[in-house]
Amino acid sequence: MSETTSEAAPAQKASPGPDAPGPGTSRRGVGHLLRWDVLVTALLLVVFLGGSLTSPSFASAGNLSFALGDLGEIALIALAMTMLVVAAEVDLSVASVLGLSSALVGSLWDAGWSIETIIPLVIVVGAVCGLVNGLLVTRLGLPSLAVTIGTMALYRGLAYVVLGDRAIAEFPQQYASLAVDDVPGTPIPYPVALFVVLAVVTAIVLHSTGFGRSLFAIGSQEEAAFFAGIRVKRIKLVLFVLSGTIAAFAGVIFTLRYGSARADNGVGIELAVIAAVLIGGVDFDGGKGTLGGVIAGVLLIGLLRNLLMLNDVTTEIQSVVTGLLLIVSVLTPRLAAVIRQRRRLPAP
Amino acid sequence: MVTKAPRRMASAVVAASLLVLGLAACGGTTKDSAASAPPAAAPASSAPAKADPNAPIKEGLKIAFLPKQINNPYETIVDKAGIEAAAEYKGEAKEVGPSDASASSQVSYINTLTQQGHDAILIAANDANAVCGPLQQARAKGIKIVAYDSDASKDCRDLFINQANSEEIGRSQVKLLADMIDHKGEIAILSATANATNQNTWIEFMKDELTKPEYKDMKLVKVAYGDDDDQKSFQETQGLLQAYPDLKGIISPTTVGISAGARYISGSKYKGKVVLTGLGTPNQMRQFVKDKTVQKFALWNPKDLGYLASYAAAALASGQITGAEGEVLKAGKLGERTIGKDGEIILGPPFTFDAANIDQFDF
Repeated sequence: MSETTSEAAPAQKASPGPDAPGPGTSRRGVGHLLRWDVLVTALLLVVFLGGSLTSPSFASAGNLSFALGDLGEIALIALAMTMLVVAAEVDLSVASVLGLSSALVGSLWDAGWSIETIIPLVIVVGAVCGLVNGLLVTRLGLPSLAVTIGTMALYRGLAYVVLGDRAIAEFPQQYASLAVDDVPGTPIPYPVALFVVLAVVTAIVLHSTGFGRSLFAIGSQEEAAFFAGIRVKRIKLVLFVLSGTIAAFAGVIFTLRYGSARADNGVGIELAVIAAVLIGGVDFDGGKGTLGGVIAGVLLIGLLRNLLMLNDVTTEIQSVVTGLLLIVSVLTPRLAAVIRQRRRLPAP
Repeated sequence: MVTKAPRRMASAVVAASLLVLGLAACGGTTKDSAASAPPAAAPASSAPAKADPNAPIKEGLKIAFLPKQINNPYETIVDKAGIEAAAEYKGEAKEVGPSDASASSQVSYINTLTQQGHDAILIAANDANAVCGPLQQARAKGIKIVAYDSDASKDCRDLFINQANSEEIGRSQVKLLADMIDHKGEIAILSATANATNQNTWIEFMKDELTKPEYKDMKLVKVAYGDDDDQKSFQETQGLLQAYPDLKGIISPTTVGISAGARYISGSKYKGKVVLTGLGTPNQMRQFVKDKTVQKFALWNPKDLGYLASYAAAALASGQITGAEGEVLKAGKLGERTIGKDGEIILGPPFTFDAANIDQFDF
């Protein structure tokens, strides 16, 4: 992380933003101890301990396995989303790509294709969906928020074109098991194990490679990054393709896990993903965040929800809790930054 | 940049495909080959228990209703009646559920209820298959599963409480109308879409019922289709009444059709002359019953559905029944019901709503 700040800091000087505290300032002094991602991890531990004490079944292998499995798709998509948001972009079409992927799996399976052909094919389709997003953002210079709101509707619409209102079931047992069974001897379902592997890879890429550092640079000051020789557009294109690809793969897992291919699968999970990324302390304006924070964010949302359900807290209150957590997570780092700046400035 | 980027993209895509292919390192599995493969391990349904019809209902049974979504007025009535029934047999019941009716939203609730150690879960499935895996896990822990309102895949539940037996709905609609027009005159049917399975099944039974001698003076002149569209149903009603001036009655076995038809008739000269009945909900029909456009219409009674489902869950959890065909369920004030094929229990004939009872219902 320190390399990130040192590389981004000169960019700050080259064209100082009027209101941006900049990535350099946010990690000094008190901010270091109160780093939001550390707080989220602490909060996660509190939820876990609190859960184990208040609800006897919370920490049981069966429940944890389920709660983790239930997060699988969100966690996978969050990996790519983290990189996008760090680079100050966002992809709201992920849930629709997931739905399109699910619909394709269903209709091709129903048409008698082999699952071994279907899976790579829908992943390629996901990559193409991501490519379309990426081209619209990088070649036409459109804001990703607008582009992906459009493709969110477009891809979901295509999912309905492919499968309509039908639900396709009866997928082969060995693949369905891969989506729900635990790695032997652990409460970790296979998709979550895959997530762990991919998370390690993502963490290395994001935090210890030039590519990762350039994402932070782009997110802090895109123009400065461009003049520093970073191929901004190409990197962003890669990120969107990655996002589409992972979303399509998540769609395959989702379909097999529920054993039901439908066009409306995964409606709304883009918001869960973005909530997890923000709760994990990634700055929506780009340039700041850690993957560790996001993983803690994903787990926090999932385990908190699980714990609330075990204690018979209603759906409405669950939404309220998640919403408040999200607001606090966006607000706290900003407040901390304001307080730091006040301290530094002499009293008027 | 433009040329290199897509090439990189392509290689990434290929790598991903290879990864997946690697994971799936076994030959082509298609729908047909999977179907011919030996079936998956039989559901781990609890014990080869034998039904003991004389076993008392256990006290303190914990049961939970999992509707398609909470805050749906219809489902709330069903579940509330079921929870009240649980009080009769000294059980503890509650309703939990998702706020949206998507296929996957019920799954985490099933897990939670399983972890909480309930004796039975009652579910109105949003997707017959998506809930199947978790329901099997619940059954493996000895939890009894009763589907109501909307069935889960039949391998994944012990019983289904079917509110709508097609034959009874079709035949009872004809009886209901015949009683109001003295078994005489021309009648028409206002259906939903021409290819709606449930509608067509009901209409077949209506036609069959009309062949009985007691209906020899009644003649079905037309089946019109309002496509479950309010405007179209309204116009179709108008069309029927103009085309058949001697029409005495209309059956509309769809909630959209009957309310649109009632709206047309209530503002026309046919009010009080043509009898309209069918399947409707009390809230949609209340004003037309009050202004005497409609005397009677039918639907199953959601309270009875919840009550019956609740007793079925208790009887299963107490070992009175196992869910096998032919067993008899004792359902409190509703009396006895015999379990049919595929573990289905039929609620009974549709419930008739009229001016006297409509205010007891709010859905």
